[in-house]
Amino acid sequence: MNRKPAAFSIQCDDCDLGQEVEAGPVPSFFADLNLDQVFEAVTSLRREYDLEAFFRLPLQSEAAVQYRQDVFRDLESGLAELVAPFAREMRRVRSHLKTAQQQHARYSAAAWFLDGGDIYCSAVLALERALAEIQPASHGFQRCLAYFAGYVRSPAFQELLAETTRIKGELGAVRYCVRVRGGRVVVTDYQDEPDYSVAVLDTFRKFQQRDAEGRLVTFDHDFQNHIQEQIVELVARLHPELFRSLLEYRQAHRDFLDPVVARFDREAEFYLAYLAYIAPLKQAGLSFCYPGLSSSSKEVLAEETFDLALAAKLVGEKGSVVCNDFQLREGERIFVVSGPNQGGKTTFARTFGQLHFLASLGCPLPGRRARLLLCDRIFTHFEKQEQVADLQGKLQEELLRVREMLGQATDRSVVIMNESLASTTADDSLFLGRQVIGQLMELGALAVYVTFIDELSRLGPSVVSMVSTVVPDNPAERTFKVVRRPADGRAYAQAIAEKHGLSAPSIRERMHR
Amino acid sequence: MKTLLMHSDHNFDWRRDLPPQSADLIQDLGLPVLFNAMGGRDEFRLQVAQRGVLWSLGDPEAIVYRQRALSDCVAHPEIVRAIYDLTVETLIERRKIWGWFGQMPELNLRYAVQVVELLMRTLRRLRKTAVESGSLFHSPAFTRFFAMLLEELNDEYFELVNQHLRRLQFKRGVPISARLGKGNAGVDIVLREPPAEKQHWSELILGPLDGRLRFDVHPRDEGGHQALQELRARGINLVADALTQATEHVLGFIAQLRAELAFYLGCLNLRAALQGRGLATCLPQPMPASSQSLSARGLYDAALALEAQGDLVSNDLSAGGKSLVVITGANQGGKSTFLRSIGLAQLLMQAGIFVPATEFSAAVASGIFTHFKREEDETMTRGKLDEELNRMSRIVDRIRPGDVLLCNESFASTNEREGSEIGHQVLGALNEAGVRVLLVTHLFDLSQRFRREAADGVLFLRAERLPDGTRTFKIREGEALPTSHGQDLYDEIFRED
Repeated sequence: MNRKPAAFSIQCDDCDLGQEVEAGPVPSFFADLNLDQVFEAVTSLRREYDLEAFFRLPLQSEAAVQYRQDVFRDLESGLAELVAPFAREMRRVRSHLKTAQQQHARYSAAAWFLDGGDIYCSAVLALERALAEIQPASHGFQRCLAYFAGYVRSPAFQELLAETTRIKGELGAVRYCVRVRGGRVVVTDYQDEPDYSVAVLDTFRKFQQRDAEGRLVTFDHDFQNHIQEQIVELVARLHPELFRSLLEYRQAHRDFLDPVVARFDREAEFYLAYLAYIAPLKQAGLSFCYPGLSSSSKEVLAEETFDLALAAKLVGEKGSVVCNDFQLREGERIFVVSGPNQGGKTTFARTFGQLHFLASLGCPLPGRRARLLLCDRIFTHFEKQEQVADLQGKLQEELLRVREMLGQATDRSVVIMNESLASTTADDSLFLGRQVIGQLMELGALAVYVTFIDELSRLGPSVVSMVSTVVPDNPAERTFKVVRRPADGRAYAQAIAEKHGLSAPSIRERMHR
Repeated sequence: MKTLLMHSDHNFDWRRDLPPQSADLIQDLGLPVLFNAMGGRDEFRLQVAQRGVLWSLGDPEAIVYRQRALSDCVAHPEIVRAIYDLTVETLIERRKIWGWFGQMPELNLRYAVQVVELLMRTLRRLRKTAVESGSLFHSPAFTRFFAMLLEELNDEYFELVNQHLRRLQFKRGVPISARLGKGNAGVDIVLREPPAEKQHWSELILGPLDGRLRFDVHPRDEGGHQALQELRARGINLVADALTQATEHVLGFIAQLRAELAFYLGCLNLRAALQGRGLATCLPQPMPASSQSLSARGLYDAALALEAQGDLVSNDLSAGGKSLVVITGANQGGKSTFLRSIGLAQLLMQAGIFVPATEFSAAVASGIFTHFKREEDETMTRGKLDEELNRMSRIVDRIRPGDVLLCNESFASTNEREGSEIGHQVLGALNEAGVRVLLVTHLFDLSQRFRREAADGVLFLRAERLPDGTRTFKIREGEALPTSHGQDLYDEIFRED
């Protein structure tokens, strides 16, 4: 049992454990899909871990995705509540060790170091115990448990733990009295003298009507200075044995931080960061799911899905998020999205792209259910917002980008085109759209094509028409609902009283809530 | 120690938000006039009046408790006012002491000591009032209050407070205890009881006893003395905080007393204002919620009375056992005023105040709601019907069985058929669920439906219109007539042309 346990990575089953993952360049489609916002928010509070690297590296095999999804599942079904505190404690360990190094007084430095060791031991033990009790289902966490189980039973850890506990306990029990009068400080042992503030408060408590605010001055620092150091030197003379072993501890355990534990700490942040980002969305009632992922099938679908970046913004502002469904059946490849402006078309296109990329990271996705393609690459072609004076030049630039894109895309690629090729006459746009969609059909890639031209939604059996919608009796109100329907612009009506929940049955029900 | 002058078992909370339906009640019942009569220009007394009136009492006993206290106030207004003035004066004096406070516990402590000295003076005066005048009061509220003052504020108590003030001079140093925290910092710094008296002569000569560990900070070690000052401050911090909290407790008691008395003084003001116009008021008779009582004599709209000159019409009402009252009749015939006067009387009764009537009795409602036609569309984005249904929906969110809903020309922002249909669904369902509904309407179709369905539980009233078209503004029993005399109004307005 004293054998050194096998090292592991929570990121992947078979990755090179000798090498740290470093950040590659930002993929070009991040900005178009607003994934740059998502990952910025995901990683911003955790810069020290350099997590960007993980979010720029899509996985290439179904098995690798499975490994991560399983880890995510474990975390979501309770493990996150164990790993997150572990990560928090590890951050504290590092900051304690740093503080210890900055101290001048011997006892202070040793005490900071001791606290660091104490936090480390508790964190490691707590995680090991919790993992053992939960018995994780994922391969990743099973390996993690195996490692931690071996590590906490190793002699090195056991000794660290015993020493830490003993010294910490004895220091914590020390209580002393100080009397300050003029420039004189007298230190004595504490003898159960009563707390005077309590006596004062008790005298007046009978008048209390509600919680009263006092005038407690908060000191933004601990009482730690050369006077306190002098006081501690005197306290040390009251407890000589204890303070000697405190100094020895720091020497004996200089390098207590285990490298495999440290690696796990960093890599687990990838998962925690993403889960922390989606937590408020889940709390707001939005669903997340693990997609079935295939490297070949293009019969993709998603139910109650949504744009992650937009949802995060809306939930932050207490707005409501509109969910959408989509599905491609056998032989279908391309969504052509048309309908009223400001009705959620671009959002739908972004969502489609986001889902495919997030899926390739092994992340849980916005939606109640999803089945997606594990694509080789994602391409986006969004209309550039800046107004170019030279329309012809703009169109030319766009077409060049389209050509380059179609040259690189394969039948396993995802292509998102948003209001592309619109900077010309409607006839031109129709013509160009026909050509490009024709090429996409030939290529067999998965695509979303957002356009204002209805006709493009009727180009053949592989094209599916999606339409954005508005409230019929109040066209100013957007629904952001994009539905599968021939492009014709009509929608549904609703009885106005029912809309307010004022029909007799609704009222009866509301009164009995 | 609680004042308990407004509720027998808890403090009156004058800081809380108004109940959610208040904005509608204030606008629909014309309450600002009433609040002005109660509170005058005093922001605080206005606030108290609003909370006191709008946070209704739901229990006849609680109402009577307040009515009896109010009767004491009517009998001895000068004593009540004197106590109120004492509370106001104390709070003003306290603000004079409390000009500034900062990050220095020793200063905070010194300020707190001064406030305690002020408060003790006030408490002694309160005690004196209790001794001299307590026996003149007979209501449970005031009797209990004065007895409490006599019991709690005795000589031993004042001596105990004095002893604390002596100890807090720290003549023999600041004694604290501490533990070792992070990096051996001094933490959990707690002040221990300082000796009350000066130090013993032997200690004065010999210094502290041997065997103690000690050091002296060098006179030129400025940082050291600063640190020492900080240590003292940390020790005193907790007691400065405690003493400040203590002053806040006493001040809270005094502020509570001020608020509750402000309410009663407001009631006296309202009564004086109405009497000044020669109008009668009475203490109403609150009945249990289950009784379905509702009757009045000489009922008038107090808000209108306080504002308008000239004659005021009063009405009688006998709607006991009726859960739905439908008021119809001529436009400009006094329907809305009548409806408002009922709502206002109900609201005032449930605040424990006099009502504008010679007699009034009603079942207590747990909540009072209004849904009045609004002259203008407040929100430009909504259609009129949409706006009023939205308002109704917010009422349905909150209204519960046993509540009262006053509707004034609800569902009138669409055509008669549609309005009647929606109105029937909404009010029928609410009524059936146990909400008492009083409805002013000119939707003939709607009142007919109610007549056909549940004639027993429904009272039909009609604004009187004499055969020559004159309106008497009297509301009498009578069913809806097919037309609402809009023609008259039209004629009246256009005749001048």
